[in-house]
Amino acid sequence: MSIAASSAEQQAGSASVTPATRAALRRQRISETLAAWALAGPALLLLVTLFFLPVFAVFAIALTDWQFGASSLSFVGFDNFREVFADEGFRASLINTILYAVIVVPGTIMLGLVIALLIESGKSCRAFYRAIHFLPFMATLTAMAIAWEALLHPTIGLVNQTLASLGLPTANWLRDANTVLPVLAMIGIWQNLGYAMVLFLAGLKSIPQDLYDAADIDGADLWLDRLRTVTLPMLGPVTMFVFIVVALRAFETFDTVQVLTQGGPGHASEMLLFTLYRESFEYLRTGYGASVAVVFLAIVVTLTLIQARVMDKRVHYQ
Amino acid sequence: MSTQHTRRLALPSAILRHTALLATGALILIPFVWMVSLSIKPPGEIFRASFSFWPEQFYGLENYTRALTEAPLPQYMLNGVIVCTMIVVLQVAVCAPAAYALAKLDFPGRNLLFAMVLIALLLPHEVLALPLFILGYQIGILNTYAALILPYIVSPFGIFLFRQFFKTIPDDVIHAARLDGLSEFAIVWKIMVPMALPAIIAFGIFSVVSHWNSLFWPLIAVRDQNLMPPPLGIMAFKNEEAGNDYGPLMAAATIVVAPLIAAFLSAQRWFVEGLTGGAVK
Repeated sequence: MSIAASSAEQQAGSASVTPATRAALRRQRISETLAAWALAGPALLLLVTLFFLPVFAVFAIALTDWQFGASSLSFVGFDNFREVFADEGFRASLINTILYAVIVVPGTIMLGLVIALLIESGKSCRAFYRAIHFLPFMATLTAMAIAWEALLHPTIGLVNQTLASLGLPTANWLRDANTVLPVLAMIGIWQNLGYAMVLFLAGLKSIPQDLYDAADIDGADLWLDRLRTVTLPMLGPVTMFVFIVVALRAFETFDTVQVLTQGGPGHASEMLLFTLYRESFEYLRTGYGASVAVVFLAIVVTLTLIQARVMDKRVHYQ
Repeated sequence: MSTQHTRRLALPSAILRHTALLATGALILIPFVWMVSLSIKPPGEIFRASFSFWPEQFYGLENYTRALTEAPLPQYMLNGVIVCTMIVVLQVAVCAPAAYALAKLDFPGRNLLFAMVLIALLLPHEVLALPLFILGYQIGILNTYAALILPYIVSPFGIFLFRQFFKTIPDDVIHAARLDGLSEFAIVWKIMVPMALPAIIAFGIFSVVSHWNSLFWPLIAVRDQNLMPPPLGIMAFKNEEAGNDYGPLMAAATIVVAPLIAAFLSAQRWFVEGLTGGAVK
């Protein structure tokens, strides 16, 4: 029930509804509608201009052979998509992105969970540990990628120095097709695990104490028993949620590829957003770039819809 | 967790907890520490490759001076401040009234508008970059601050978050304000926004952090060095320096990362809330 309308009804009181009060009521409704559209108008206009028209435009451009700057274009149906999926570069990019996510998502979840459990298992220094582990998530990734490049430098980098001093084999991490993707994934885990940790900490806080008390009575004395019987099962929904959020972030990786590898060597570290950027804005293959954007959108929307369903379940669950 | 639970955590396991967390914490911090260490070392020491954090010869002054003078780093930082401020101010100005209308007013089209917000929430900005680039080109704003700001002035996430918060404010407050003769516009700015300040601050932090750190759109929208925000600027600096003059490059990276880290350490709760708030709720 709207406020303005309900207050008008209150004003009308218990008196019988006369034509005059009905007119007043209608006037109030109209003025409320006008006020609402005046308030929401700018947002609506901008949503249409900056989100809805562009997304329609991406689909439209993907179906044409248009190149940025060209004066003519023709409808080519799904040719661009056929070309995209036939392209070895794109297929490498898609596979790399999936492999990257396959490393980053479980790695981030496991480390984030372990660190959250460690922090929550004691009372001291919680804020301190949380701050340290959360730091990479908000540090400017472009700048930190440059720091990582120095760490991974083949001759003067700390990583190779440490390995060499331990008598272990070294590598040119970012220039070797076999190591580049796992190394980027390590950086991805480094950046995201603090985020997962914070979400798990929130999940741990929401587990009711009663369950631990009940577990105590049932003889779950050891920390490990409580973990197995109470904590982990109760974290199920949060874990699913973290899974999707981190997967989305993994699929949206761009900065490290752009700064550190430019997709190379060869296509070894090319990922979807980098392909999208390069095709659309460096090679100006506009129709092709738009098709890549559509494929990317399909993946992201699928993941987000799964997330929405998970969130629904979580609400019912509590 | 109860004190009873904590008491059971005997001394050995407490030591184990601190050891483990200090170890993972140290690993996490290595890139930061190494960045700062290289930023105060002279080239000779950088290429001699030692494990020591502190240089034999302190070269910080030279590196930081070069970072600040050889590249327009102060300009990059200023650009970042201008762009982030403009974005967050415009976002609140556009989103708060819309969120109020969605939360508290009844009007035909409300559900449709809210559905549009939810759909827009699904769309990653990278997908829209190509049409937005063409739009920017058509209206002639590419390579200006406007190009960096325009795509973000309406935030579906902001509308969503503010609407959720405004819904929790009792209707009586609004009745009272109307009886005092406040217009709907005044109610948004004098009643709703001040009462929703925690949500506004959390959103502000989220917005500033993501736009300060963002590389993708600035890379497309501006070419002029004098307009580059920090991430794009430092990338340009790296490419110019051929990536081998590590001292000044690391000094520049430190300067770019420092403001957010300082802000984070002084307002940790707010940052964690702001950056994960949407996710946790």
